[in-house]
Amino acid sequence: MRLHLRILGAVLFALLTAAAPARAEDFALLVGNLGGESFAGKEKAVAGLGALGDTRAVPILQAMTDGRLLRGVDGRVVLSATEGRTTLVRDAVTGDEITGDDPNSFDRIIVNNRLRSTIEGALGALTLFSADPAARLAAARDALRHPSAEGAALLARAIAAEQDPTIREAMQQGLAAARLVSGSKEERLAALGALGTTTDPQVKNLLDEFRSATGTDPELQKAADAALASIGNRLWLVGLAANLFQGISLGSVLLLAAIGLAITFGVMGVINMAHGEMIMLGAYTAYVCQELFRAFLPLDWIDGYLLAAVPVAFLVAGAVGVAIERSVIRFLYGRPLETLLATWGVSLILQQAVRSIFGSPNKEVSNPSWMTGGFDPIGGFTVTWNRLCIIVFCAVVLAALALILHRISFGLHMRAVTQNRSMSSAMGIRTARVDALTFGLGSGIAGMAGVALSQVGNVSPNLGTIYIVDSFLVVVFGGVGNLMGTLVGALSLGVLNKFLEPLAGAVLGKIVVLGAIIFFIQRRPRGLFALKGRSVEAEA
Amino acid sequence: MQRLPDGGHQGAWSAGFWARFLACGIVLLMAVPVLNAAMPPDYPIALPDYLVPLLGKYLCYALLALSLDLIWGYAGILSLGHGAFFALGGYCMGMYLMRQIGTRGVYGNPVLPDFMVFLNWKELPWFWWGFDHFVYAAAMIVLVPGLLALVFGWLTFRSRVSGVHLSIITQAMTYALMLAFFRNDMGFGGNNGMTDYKDILGWDVHQPATRLGLYLASMLALGLGYLACRYITASKLGRVLLALRDAEGRVRFLGYSVTNAKLLVFTVSAVLAGLAGALYVPQVGIINPSEFSPGNSIEIAIWVSVGGRGTLVGAIVGAVLVNSAKTWLTGAAPETWLFVLGALFISTTLVFPRGLVGLTGLSAWRRPPVAAAPVPAGERV
Repeated sequence: MRLHLRILGAVLFALLTAAAPARAEDFALLVGNLGGESFAGKEKAVAGLGALGDTRAVPILQAMTDGRLLRGVDGRVVLSATEGRTTLVRDAVTGDEITGDDPNSFDRIIVNNRLRSTIEGALGALTLFSADPAARLAAARDALRHPSAEGAALLARAIAAEQDPTIREAMQQGLAAARLVSGSKEERLAALGALGTTTDPQVKNLLDEFRSATGTDPELQKAADAALASIGNRLWLVGLAANLFQGISLGSVLLLAAIGLAITFGVMGVINMAHGEMIMLGAYTAYVCQELFRAFLPLDWIDGYLLAAVPVAFLVAGAVGVAIERSVIRFLYGRPLETLLATWGVSLILQQAVRSIFGSPNKEVSNPSWMTGGFDPIGGFTVTWNRLCIIVFCAVVLAALALILHRISFGLHMRAVTQNRSMSSAMGIRTARVDALTFGLGSGIAGMAGVALSQVGNVSPNLGTIYIVDSFLVVVFGGVGNLMGTLVGALSLGVLNKFLEPLAGAVLGKIVVLGAIIFFIQRRPRGLFALKGRSVEAEA
Repeated sequence: MQRLPDGGHQGAWSAGFWARFLACGIVLLMAVPVLNAAMPPDYPIALPDYLVPLLGKYLCYALLALSLDLIWGYAGILSLGHGAFFALGGYCMGMYLMRQIGTRGVYGNPVLPDFMVFLNWKELPWFWWGFDHFVYAAAMIVLVPGLLALVFGWLTFRSRVSGVHLSIITQAMTYALMLAFFRNDMGFGGNNGMTDYKDILGWDVHQPATRLGLYLASMLALGLGYLACRYITASKLGRVLLALRDAEGRVRFLGYSVTNAKLLVFTVSAVLAGLAGALYVPQVGIINPSEFSPGNSIEIAIWVSVGGRGTLVGAIVGAVLVNSAKTWLTGAAPETWLFVLGALFISTTLVFPRGLVGLTGLSAWRRPPVAAAPVPAGERV
């Protein structure tokens, strides 16, 4: 096989250098030769077509392997294609339809195994010159996986013609792999250097193979070792980056779920077990917005539903929050355990209400098109747009909240009431109003979090219960009454979780994290960022 | 507390109490066997067989509620992970019952329970050793929840985690245990749990007579548990607990060991909860990890507060009433149950914070804290 490919490569190379000009005539001639009698002649023609780099040959060669390439009585080579019940016959070179001839007058051009593999090689080479960038990239990757001496020349030519930097890089790696297999010692050394910069596991396998082959030059072996070590480092870095990204992504989800709680629990001291249901209401708001956009607005506006859902969810959840504060929580200030039970009751009612209205099955909330897909920043792992959007959204929400707390008068009043209710009241702050609005703010943020979470998870009446335990742990871990603590708490829990996952598995990792938090709270009951001063005592 | 719980301390073991306790106990002990076994089944007031394990289940819930009331009502420790102790006790009993199946399982393996055969386990894991003996299993029913509570409580109370923080980490504890027990390779049957029991102590668990026996055992356990709780709360320790519930800092400054008092009562409570779980499992015929779910544990708190926290009797009344309502409503109108439960949570905390017993005035000798009392800063719970 290898020998045979070498011969082919030599033929290719000869044809490449000799027959580069006068392409058009060559193409017709070579296609005509495909209809020849001898296998050797056909093989030569196939190899010629591969070397020519004319992509018109691709359907012809494919038809040949499928047995759809026919030869007329006049020696003309034609393609047959079955469309419905009729079989169409077209001239292979011009593509003109041939009518009038009896379909049975054509002979099938016979292919043997040897010819078949020649065709495959030629097809692979041809797609390097395809007009479709994805096909070129695939061909380049394929060349990396199956390096051969004859590929090198073609790749060198393809690189020269290639405009797209990504594809060119992939081709260069393919070329390096090909040179490693067949080049001179200098070429091999250079190839080893080039291959050391990849993260492709295929390259690693190739190098492992090369390294363990007997009778290799010691200098080459050393270079191979260096390349392998470099790949190992890169793979480790990629793994680290992937874990870090996923950890931050999980952390931002936790943070979004917990920010609202950091206000209602952290700032106001209210244990709001219905917090998860505020998230759920936000997610259902996103669902309703999506359905309304689908029903009433032009089709191409659908991607905008998410932008509309964010403020609507804030208002819906915020209004529900204010209602809960006015009707239940305000009677229970200073009795956190009772608040816990009452708000748990609220959460049960909200869950059942949503279940009665929308039904228990999960609702489908689709990502808008600008949030689907992703990109690969360093090779090896994909950053998905929806995760990235959530991270950014989370940062924006946190920044906006910090501004509200520290830059406007409502935030000032909020902090004043938290620190000393009766003094604030004496200073003329309407504490009841501030309470209601603060609770509304926390709930509204939870609602916006729900919109974001609807993009990465299921929307069901139980959505809130999934996040409630985690959210409380984040707030308690970070330190009650401290936004910075919530931020650090959420991100570190997210990252820790993702780094434990490969070691212990998803569920066990989560259990370990939970256990770690329980121990941590016992060591530092006030969390990572403990408030100092008199308010600490009041918290107890 | 402005007024000390006067009278109650001395009156806890009065003749009047014993008369009431024994009267209630004997009536409840006798009523079910008489109505169920001694009456012809077609008699209008006869108790059908299927109701006996249901009543037994309520009694187990009552014991569980009692255990929570002991720590929440008297020591101010709201554990939102008490379902974990209940489930651990239940799992110990479940393991004993699984070993009693013997060769009658689907796979007929004399040693391994079906789910282990199914998962291709070759031999019994070490933590299953000994569970074929009832005495060992009974010891584990007490020890496993007790030790967990001891260790968890020691770590927690020592570092003075209290109030809401404590509630949250107990919730995290039961959540972590739930995730752990859902795993198949833990060796506890994964999310299917354990079921298909055959015998308990040689009696067929499906026989009406066995079920009656289990009901009586639950009744007895509840009665003894009640006496134990009453003994603790009426003792000097009970006074310390009440005091630390209302002003933990002051009790500490007076020289009492708050940590030890809390630890003792927390451990006793966990053992009672484990016992309740162990009696629960043979009566309902299954134990699975959903018993660990945080929602279940929060529900226990509502039984206690519906009945009236800090009264012991209230916990029992609340558990039986709420669960009867649940059984009836989930059958009659399933979608309304969560609305009712939610409304119960809100109304008991807002409208009648002292619960049903508080409404009737039965708890005159022991008042739970109501927000009306001025609570000094630094000592709110």
